Parts: sequence; C-alpha cells; structure tokens
Amino acid sequence: MATILLDQVRKVYAGNVEAVKGVSIDIADGEFIVLVGPSGCGKSTLLRMIAGLEEISGGEIHIGDRVVNNVEPADRDIAMVFQNYALYPHMSVYDNLAYGLRNRGVAKGEIDSRVKEAARILEIGTFLDRKPRQLSGGQRQRVAMGRAIVRQPAAFLFDEPLSNLDAKLRVQMRIEIKRLQKALGTTSVYVTHDQLEAMTLANRLVVLNHGRIEQIGTPLDVYEAPATTFVAGFIGSPAMNLIPVKAKEGGLALETGEGLLAPNGHGVAQAILGVRPEDLVLATDGVAAPGGLSLEMTVIAVEPVGAESYVHGTVEGLKDDIVMRAGPKTDYAPGSRLKLTAVPEKLHIFDAQTGARLNA
Amino acid sequence: MVENRPWLTFFSHFILLAGVVIVLFPVWVAFVASTHDPRDMLSGVVPLWPGDRFIQNYYEIFVEGMAKAGAPPIGLLMMNSLIMALAIAIGKIAISIISAFAIVYFRFPLRVLFFWLIFITLMLPVEVRILPTFEVTAGLGLLNSYTGLTLPLIASATATFLFRQFYMTIPEELSEAARIDGAGPMKFFRDILLPLSRTNIAGLFVILFIYGWNQYLWPLLVTTDEGYYTIVISIQRMVSVPDSEPLWHVIMATVILAMIPPVLVVVFMQRLFIKGLVETEK
Ligand SMILES: Nc1ncnc2c1ncn2[C@@H]1O[C@H](COP(=O)(O)OP(=O)(O)O)[C@@H](O)[C@H]1O
Ligand SMILES: [Mg+2]
Repeated sequence: MATILLDQVRKVYAGNVEAVKGVSIDIADGEFIVLVGPSGCGKSTLLRMIAGLEEISGGEIHIGDRVVNNVEPADRDIAMVFQNYALYPHMSVYDNLAYGLRNRGVAKGEIDSRVKEAARILEIGTFLDRKPRQLSGGQRQRVAMGRAIVRQPAAFLFDEPLSNLDAKLRVQMRIEIKRLQKALGTTSVYVTHDQLEAMTLANRLVVLNHGRIEQIGTPLDVYEAPATTFVAGFIGSPAMNLIPVKAKEGGLALETGEGLLAPNGHGVAQAILGVRPEDLVLATDGVAAPGGLSLEMTVIAVEPVGAESYVHGTVEGLKDDIVMRAGPKTDYAPGSRLKLTAVPEKLHIFDAQTGARLNA
Repeated sequence: MVENRPWLTFFSHFILLAGVVIVLFPVWVAFVASTHDPRDMLSGVVPLWPGDRFIQNYYEIFVEGMAKAGAPPIGLLMMNSLIMALAIAIGKIAISIISAFAIVYFRFPLRVLFFWLIFITLMLPVEVRILPTFEVTAGLGLLNSYTGLTLPLIASATATFLFRQFYMTIPEELSEAARIDGAGPMKFFRDILLPLSRTNIAGLFVILFIYGWNQYLWPLLVTTDEGYYTIVISIQRMVSVPDSEPLWHVIMATVILAMIPPVLVVVFMQRLFIKGLVETEK
C-alpha cells in the first residue's frame, strides 16, 4: 500500500517526440485513479514510467516515500496488467502466478498458499494446471490479474486490460476489478480510452490530451463541470453540444448574429457554449426557460437506442449538428422544427481561444 | 479447403508417388548394389533386385575393415562424421541463439552494424569464401583437427537470422512482464526465451545435423590424415582408388550406412521438427 506522487513528469522520445509534457498527480493510498484520453495522448507512456519500463526524461516519481526514477521495475513494488495479458505461454497457470514470487525467493509454502488464495478469489482454481493457450480470453484476463495479486504490491498498474474482451465480459470484469480493488485496498492506476470504463471505475479521473492533464476530478465533477472544451467533448456520450457564440445586445448569439441563445453572464465578446444532450428539452408552448438557452432545430434523424432516443438536427448558422436526448419512443419526421431550451444552470461557457471553462 | 473431386485426388496422389519413386530409386539402386558380388556391378547391366551377399558384404565392412577398399575403419568414419555433425549443429545453435538474443533485446553501441555484419555473411557461404577460410584455418594450425573441421562451418548467419525473426514475433510485453516479475536478462533468456524456442531449436537441429553430416568440400580440403576422414569423404576416396576397380559393393554399403544417422535424426525429431516449421507457441 502506498501513495504515488508524480511531479512535473516528462517524457521525450528519440526524435524529440514529447509524449508527456509535465504531468503532476498526487495519488492517495488506496485510491483508484483512471488515466483517460484519446489514443496517442500519452496514457501508456505515463503508466510505463510509473512501472519503470520507460525512462523518465524529467520530473520525479515517488512511490511511498522514495523517489523511484532510477529504481528497477522489479524493485518498485508494483504489479502490472497488460492489454494482451503477457502470460508466459509455456508455463502453467500456477507457474505464471508463482514465477515472480520464486524470483524473489519467497518460501515454497508461502508461494503455494498465496497462489491458492489468489486462485480462490479469482475463481481460477480449477485450471491451475493448464497452459494459457487452453484458456478463454476472460480466463486469461483473470490469470493476469492473479499474477498481479499474488505479489501483494504497493500498487496495481493496468494498461487497457479489458479492451481485448467482448462487450459482455468487459462489463463483468469491470465490476470484478472494482470489487477486487476495494477489497484489497491497493492503490491503482488504470489506463483506458473508454470513458464509460473510466467513469465507472475511478475514484478520480485524470483526463489527458496531447501529453498534458486537462482535468483531474471525481467522475461526477468532471462530468458536471468539465474544465475545458476538450473534456466536455470527450466525457459523455453522446458528446456535449459545443456551440461557438458571440456577444450581442441582451446576451449570447450564434456567430451569424442570429438567434438569442443565452444570457452573457461573463461579459465576453466570444465564447463556446456547451450543453449536454440530456439537458436540452422542448420549450413548452414555445417558451424558453427564463434566462436559459433558446434555439430552433431542424430534425435530421432520430436514433432510437432502446431506453431513450437521440434526436439529431441542424441549427441555422451553425456548422455542427445538435443532439438532444428524448424519450424511448420519440418519432419526429425529418424536417420538423423543434424549439429547444435548457435551464441556465445547465449551460457551460468556455473561453473561445483557450477552451477553458468560464463559469464556476 | 475441402475438395471432393476423385480425379483431383487421383492426380495429386500420382504426382506424389512419382516424386517418391524419383527420390527413392537411386537409394534402391545403392542398396541393391550393396548386396551383390562386386563382379555383378562391372558386368554392364545394373541389377535391380537384391543379390545374395547382403550379410557377407556388410560383414566385410564391419569386421574385415575397409582397408582393401582404400578407407579407414567404418567405426572411425561414422564417429568423425557424428562429431562433425553434432559440433556444427550444437555450435551453430548455441552461438546464434545467443547473438540473436543480444541483437533483439539489448541496446549496445553499433548494434545495427553488428546485425548487418552478421547478415552479410548470409551471402558468403563456405563455398564462396573457401580459399581465404582455408588460408586462415591453415595459418592457425587447425588442419587435421576437429576444430578445423567444424569451426569455420559454425560461423554463419542463417540460424542467427532465424532466431532474430522469431524473437521479434514475441510480444515485447512478455519481457516487460518478466522484468517486473524480477527476472534479469539471463533469467529471462533461460526461463522464457529458451523454452519458447524449443521447437525452433529442434527444427534447426535437424537441418544443421544433416548439413554437417553431408559436408564434402570442406572436410576434403582440411583433412589429409585418415584419422579425421568423415564417411562422406571416405566414399570419395574409395571411388577414386588408383590402379584398380572401385569396390562398388563396399562403396554402396557405406553409402547406405552413411544415410542411416540423418534418417534416424529426422525420424526421431520429426514431430518437433514439423511443429517448429509450422507453428510457434505464443
Ligand atoms: N517508443 C516510442 N518511440 C517514439 N514515440 C513513441 C514511442 N512510444 C510511444 N510514442 C509516441 O508517444 C505518444 C503517446 O503514446 P502512448 O503513451 O502509447 O499513447 P496512448 O497509450 O495514450 O495511446 C504517441 O504519439 C506515440 O506515437
Ligand atoms: Mg496505450
């Protein structure tokens, strides 16, 4: 068990590719941190630096109370679960779990009891004698987890461990990982590009983009108050509607000057206005919520997804489509015009240049 | 692909059988010749069915020795060939597996240069560089020695290249997982890389054993002392005896005997060998 502290960590690859550009995170003991971001944003690089598999170009990484920049992976007291599991193909499941312990000179009896215990927790006891290739994807995933657990490390590091599984198994293993981490109380850093996985697993999310942190916060904080337009667009599905606006007498309007959208509470000349699909509602009797958003959308298509539907439409003077969430059996003919509104508390205002959040 | 066309089945079997006949016919002739009286061979008509001297001819080789035919005892020849084939196979595998390990898993200065140096030797088999190689071997005083017989043939890149290609297909995460599990480079090599290379090693062993066993030109050059003759060389010596007719029944019996060890190696390692060629455990 340990805290992990990243202090201005940087990674520059050969050829001057700066994959991680000064990242600082303070991870509490027992916390489940999820690094999330689009492919290529530097998540794996960051995780591998914590593991010791990648050299650190700048800054410091502390695990517990020591700086580990120059400590070998084996001596960092961490365990890692890889996307492709990286099980030793020629060893039985038992030996896969025991290998790391044997290398550390753990006594035979102790190894046996730890392996059996991990096998019991993960329900892999019945195939300890099998080779990895005789296992299904989900079972391999469990073995990979087992290999991490038997080590009883200070921290677990996960690099997209579920992305090779089918959808159903992914949900199941996600819940299992969460349960396991809670039960063991081991500090965990988990990398994923799947925002749903990130939201459901994390105590705190770290949203990365181009090697920089965009936001750190609890999943709900990040969802309700995204710090930047990037986070606003990345977290949430379907994504938040982002509408470029400019100041006009009486409030904010589309860039063409048409249509009053919302009050200008921040006195800006230009801004990006964000509103989530589920916060858009039909204006009752064509009257917008007081002080809230008001726009008129022309329906292009309705996507029913079962429990709800997504209404896609265009707004005159706006390049991107707008998405609204509606009830399960919504049926608008393409071309119908809808008057939409949203209450002022649900509007997000971002700086037009930097993309930083303006409202609290 | 599942096909069910009778004429296709017939045709493919016919081709295969024809191939088998073409390959086996000379072997059959050699065997037949080794069971006849030497005079039968000189009569002008090559017999196609075994004669009655099987036991007598082979007895002659083993017990009376081959001095009459102009060659050292068969036991010595077989032993020399075996030493040469084993040394070449084991030596090549040992050296190439280690150098491939170094090239794939370590970042040392001039790594790429070393790789290309090794790679270039692929284009220089012994036959191409035979004179300079002989020069060096002679200069080192290695003529008429097992070292001289095997060392120059061990130094070649084919096997290194094969192992390198194999290591490149092993996911990087495997070595990283081992690193986290506390296995240093040598431990990783011994505990993970070697067991994973098992089928490749077996396949290569078969190929290299036969390669070493069948060596002709090189042993012919570096051995003048009969004590170092290999069985393949002895056949050549017996064929070109001065001032008399070659003893064809002895020669052919030697040929048959010379074929047995490679055949045994193939038969016993066939399962692993095929596996090494068609699949890799990953
Ligand atoms: N070994 C490497 N050499 C050079 N560039 C690399 C290397 N590994 C990753 N990168 C680059 O660093 C960036 C971040 O990679 P990575 O951390 O793997 O992204 P992610 O895991 O978020 O998808 C990418 O632009 C990638 O091309
Ligand atoms: Mg990655």
